[in-house]
Amino acid sequence: MRFDQRHLLGIEHLKPHEITEILDLADQYVDLNRRQVKHSDALAGLTQINMFFENSTRTQASFEIAGKRLGADVMNMAMQASSIKKGETLIDTALTLNAMHPDLLVVRHPHSGAVDLLAQKVNCAVLNAGDGTHEHPTQALLDALTIRRAKGRLHRLSIAICGDIAHSRVARSNIMLLGKMENRIRLIGPPTLMPAGIAEFGVEVFDDMREGLENVDVVMMLRLQKERMDGGFIPSSREYYHRFGLDADKLSHAKPDAIVMHPGPMNRGVEIDGTLADDINRSVIQEQVEMGVAVRMAAMDLLARNLRAKDGLQGVMV
Amino acid sequence: MTLTFTNARLIDPETGTDSIGSLTIEDGVITGINTTPTGDVVDCGGKCLAPGIVDIGVKVCEPGERHKESYRTAGLAAAAGGVTTVVTRPDTTPAIDSPEVLEFVARRAREASQVRMIPMAALTKGREGREMVEVGFLHDAGAAAFTDCDRVVTDTKVFARCLTYARSLNALVIAHPQDPVMSKGAAVTSGKFASLRGLPAVSPMAERMGLERDLALVEMTNAAYHADNLSTATALPALERAKAAGLDVTAGVNIHHLTLNELDVGDYRTFFKLKPPLRSEDDRKALVAAVADGLIDIISSMHTPQDEESKRLPYQEAASGAVALETLLPAAMRLYHAGDMDLPTLWRALSLNPAKRLGLEGGQLAEGAPADLVLFDPDAPFVMDRFKLQSKSKNTPFDEQRMQGKVLATYVGGKEVFRKG
Repeated sequence: MRFDQRHLLGIEHLKPHEITEILDLADQYVDLNRRQVKHSDALAGLTQINMFFENSTRTQASFEIAGKRLGADVMNMAMQASSIKKGETLIDTALTLNAMHPDLLVVRHPHSGAVDLLAQKVNCAVLNAGDGTHEHPTQALLDALTIRRAKGRLHRLSIAICGDIAHSRVARSNIMLLGKMENRIRLIGPPTLMPAGIAEFGVEVFDDMREGLENVDVVMMLRLQKERMDGGFIPSSREYYHRFGLDADKLSHAKPDAIVMHPGPMNRGVEIDGTLADDINRSVIQEQVEMGVAVRMAAMDLLARNLRAKDGLQGVMV
Repeated sequence: MTLTFTNARLIDPETGTDSIGSLTIEDGVITGINTTPTGDVVDCGGKCLAPGIVDIGVKVCEPGERHKESYRTAGLAAAAGGVTTVVTRPDTTPAIDSPEVLEFVARRAREASQVRMIPMAALTKGREGREMVEVGFLHDAGAAAFTDCDRVVTDTKVFARCLTYARSLNALVIAHPQDPVMSKGAAVTSGKFASLRGLPAVSPMAERMGLERDLALVEMTNAAYHADNLSTATALPALERAKAAGLDVTAGVNIHHLTLNELDVGDYRTFFKLKPPLRSEDDRKALVAAVADGLIDIISSMHTPQDEESKRLPYQEAASGAVALETLLPAAMRLYHAGDMDLPTLWRALSLNPAKRLGLEGGQLAEGAPADLVLFDPDAPFVMDRFKLQSKSKNTPFDEQRMQGKVLATYVGGKEVFRKG
């Protein structure tokens, strides 16, 4: 059994052994990244294009560093500023880029499914860097790597995901990944921020933090978008912090060695207490950022290997 | 000219019969059933002969978007699909909201189409929900009904006045009930699938809210009202109550909501994007049962041509709607083959009821009725190839699907307008 994917569009398409394979390779890249000379030639000669149709500093930087450390030629395209404004469709943009023969295309798009659509029209490997409220697979993988390194395993853990589940692609990818690896998942948040049909996902749902955090091994906080704070979905950010913000008191209901995670960027004092976020004994938020680079290196490396295996088909629409 | 169809399986929705017999037509009307064959004889070989389909709610994209569908191509598609009367929607660009535009489309239809084309008119100017159209003039000019289609008249006072005014002319008002605020921006029906795909969703409850509002206004105004494009189980009890209370209310469903469900969207397949969206399997089953027992009166194609450009987009941005004039009959055969209803029951919803509701001829196999007929083989299997459709636009969700039921010939006013080659 080996990693057998052409693209990385979502966790939905991955098998458990493929997830493990990415994480195992990422572990090696963590070691590489901690050396003084952080370089490999795994992607030498390959062209990586980062296409971000939606603003992102962190994810884009992470993908860029990952590509550069593996020796790829990396190019960033800020798509908001370019052709989209001139009315070009996503497919035309894809075809234009395709003609430039990139090998890896990293795409973020504000609409769910847009990355899948684009992947149908190009012959390079496509990595989903977040599409709408659908999936954000590399975030889930980096979270998994962080958990595995902190807890020594990635199964039979009790994991709470807290906050705005409804609008979070991070939550969706994490629910799928952690479910595939046979963990117990609890979702905690106000009912207005829970997606419909959530009970059918094989998760437990809570609207009380203390109850939901009872005896969990991992606490994953989600970012609450500014535009959802005032009145529309929750009454106010201060009421939200009171009921759903993670602080020492609420965390005391979790296991004593429970770790605290956040995909960033954080709203201190809204979803998480600032001191707690900085507590190196509980918070693994900085480790998550570090794992992000390693996981993206591993994912691109594995996709590039499959790409090379099918090298004869390069440049032909399959 | 006299023609007799012999050895035909006659499907008569009015009497509810399905029996082998013969049918004679002369000068465009049916003149005899099971009488001595006269004139030319067509041996039907035991295939089905039924009244032509009366399809209400077809969008022909003239004026405005002729590249998506013209009267010529819509006519060809209808003939190939066994549809003998096409009732056209006014949601064109510009909307069909004045006697002048209505006259234009009526003329285009006469020139370009061999099947009967009956126009509907918008209920409000520009379908903007603010001022009513010239209901009287349009009624006199031949508008079969008044509808703003998928746009809901949100101002209840305006809608109440439209209903009251239409009532005075005995004009039928058609609406696609929906709570427009709840359903704004929705691409799929809410539930597990929508959450998995991360798409904006609308609860089925929005349809019930829209229908309950409309029915309250119908009760107030006594207008003739047809709730079209129903898609949810939750709306049906309200409909049942309104009918039991004796209101002049009928209801319709489109073929896609009877034969497909939300899961067919799969990996963001935009040909399955409809408005209202495809619903759950439970909803689909409830709608099928409602058609079978007569609670829902009419099945239509809700034919909505879209070109490739408007469909090859991320799901949220893609246009809604599907072409269905040619796939209506084979798709409806799925209900027959699944044992959900017999052919006369199906034809009651496809032909008799829409004709009756809009005051049109047709829908019957009776002496004196127009010879609008479809000869079809309900069992013939085929694999749908969208590029073989007569419509200019090829956006059918049934592409590459196995289907059963082929139209062999279509007659309008006794004239053959289609024969399977």
